[in-house]
Amino acid sequence: MVSSLLKIDDLRVHFEIKTGARWFKPETEIVRAVDGISFSLKAAETLGIVGESGCGKSTLARAILGLVRPTGGRIVWMGESLHDLTEDQMRGKRKELQMIFQDPLGSLDPRMTVGQIVGEPLKNFFPSMSRLQIRERVAGMLKMVGLLPEQINRYPHEFSGGQCQRIGIARALIVNPRLVVCDEPVSALDVSIQAQIINLLKDLQKKLRLSLIFIAHDLSVVRHVSDRVLIMYLGKIMELADRDTIYHHPRHPYTRALIQSVPIPDPEAERLRTRTTLGGELPSPANPPSGCVFRTRCPHAIDACAKQVPALEAVSNEDKENSGRHQVACIRQQELNN
Amino acid sequence: MALLEVRDLVVAFDTPEGEVHAVNGLSFDLEPGQTLGVVGESGSGKTQTAMAMMGLLAENGRASGSVRFRGQELLGMSTQELSRIRGSSISMIFQDPISSLNPYMTIGDQLIEVLTHHRNLKRKAARQRAEEMLHQVQISDPAQRMRQFPHELSGGMCQRVMIAMGLLCQPDILIADEPTTALDVTVQSQINLLMDELSEQSSTAIMLITHDLGVIAGLCNQVLVMYAGELMEFADIDPLFSSPAHPYTEGLLKSVPRLDQIDSGILSAIPGNPPDLLSLPVGCPFRARCSYAFDQCSAHPSLRETEPDRWTRCHLDTLPKPTENKAD
Repeated sequence: MVSSLLKIDDLRVHFEIKTGARWFKPETEIVRAVDGISFSLKAAETLGIVGESGCGKSTLARAILGLVRPTGGRIVWMGESLHDLTEDQMRGKRKELQMIFQDPLGSLDPRMTVGQIVGEPLKNFFPSMSRLQIRERVAGMLKMVGLLPEQINRYPHEFSGGQCQRIGIARALIVNPRLVVCDEPVSALDVSIQAQIINLLKDLQKKLRLSLIFIAHDLSVVRHVSDRVLIMYLGKIMELADRDTIYHHPRHPYTRALIQSVPIPDPEAERLRTRTTLGGELPSPANPPSGCVFRTRCPHAIDACAKQVPALEAVSNEDKENSGRHQVACIRQQELNN
Repeated sequence: MALLEVRDLVVAFDTPEGEVHAVNGLSFDLEPGQTLGVVGESGSGKTQTAMAMMGLLAENGRASGSVRFRGQELLGMSTQELSRIRGSSISMIFQDPISSLNPYMTIGDQLIEVLTHHRNLKRKAARQRAEEMLHQVQISDPAQRMRQFPHELSGGMCQRVMIAMGLLCQPDILIADEPTTALDVTVQSQINLLMDELSEQSSTAIMLITHDLGVIAGLCNQVLVMYAGELMEFADIDPLFSSPAHPYTEGLLKSVPRLDQIDSGILSAIPGNPPDLLSLPVGCPFRARCSYAFDQCSAHPSLRETEPDRWTRCHLDTLPKPTENKAD
């Protein structure tokens, strides 16, 4: 049995939002951004998280890093529950859990040089390090992410988007984290630059034996980087499986619809494929449908789907080696897939 | 005579750092019923081409060359004359649907205004036509939507309204600038399907600006590939995707991971960054990132017709076969 690095158990993040007031009594609604998510992550594994905007994938990432407080459930990091830690103890853990953000330029302080930006985590976590040591480490890190050590005194605005993302990666990796959460790390970049950054991330992951949580809406990019993929919809897991299983044998209607929606850069293939587009749009997470949250857009929904919240269950009829690794939340998955 | 003839279009901006050439001598035609895809990275000049055609350049921008619509020169036309054409014969859809609509007006008023202004329809007739149009772009309960404000609708819904607005006057040309980039995958595929149906049903020529080669493959007949303000390659979609003639096109196609192919583990990225438009390199603008670059590339390549209807701006006649080329 391989012990897991990170274990998430029935995690919930609910926000209370004000919707109005009547006679001085505020009216509130609960937004269930993350609603009962469980999964685990091994060392050196990449988990891709896919979902449309508003499905809760970024909130999930922020909860794992302790940036928002979960309202329920547990996050266990190397056998230790993060929920029980004090703010001070959590600070120590942040060294092991780092993040890379979507907006490459926006996530860097414009008044700091690259050297200061990348060196800051070292100053925070290793106060005893001398300035010279920090400078050396930073220069080495810059080289590792494909920047020139001579650029250490430049400011973020002097770099292109792709280079800024390299700086963000250097800042995350300089404290030798074990897990890096990447929230849409390439979606703001041009196509030709995206490939550079994806290759860099894959390369560094192998070299440093990092675990990655890779959040994206682009299914082709996620397939390229992930070992396992988790599909989210309105705060819940729809399907979770190994990369090839998800893409070759998707079982949840939502996963299938997502895969079919991806345009393929080949005119011949585009002409041949039957397009079944999903109707409608994402319901409000403040007022999710009863039963299965996906049923309002599901082409296979039946009456029972409105009454019963489908549990995330392991697919039973697959080969033994895979047993338990492919999980689907759909009450009709057996009949639809046979 | 083509519906739209663009010849030697140059778009330049005065900036404190100097003159920036966003578009450098671009020429192309648009025929009725054609769907032309324009691909390129940010800064390649694809959006500014459209803005210059519509007379919508920023104050520090200048366009020269020629843009003829049905033989009539659009560049230098007075705003009054232009506004007779804009929205009626040529209309445009922008990337961000919510901020393209007026937040103070209901959807209905915005749609009706187009028809009363351009087609001199009475309000009642205009309302009826607008409702029909919303129905055509598959918006449920059009009468109800007409009374709503843009913020009450989702992004995908707003983009449908924009498409409806663009098509109200049955324009000859519809310019769509990254119409689905801001939308979710499933909604993106709904909008693409809608555009595909519309282009089949009408003779409206569509100019689709995007960075997504997959969207181009599904919707367009011809493709124009731009880099650093210049046309790099022009071809029908099939030959462009199966045997790209320009190294940049080939690089773009190879750098995207594809769901329909076996994953080879490593993506062949195009190295380096797009050039600075303030100081473009001498010779081919793609030279510094090109894996086939040789001595001749220090001379600026001219656009050549290698086969009928197939143009490329490269000194090479054909690209080496995939087995011979190296990733870097």
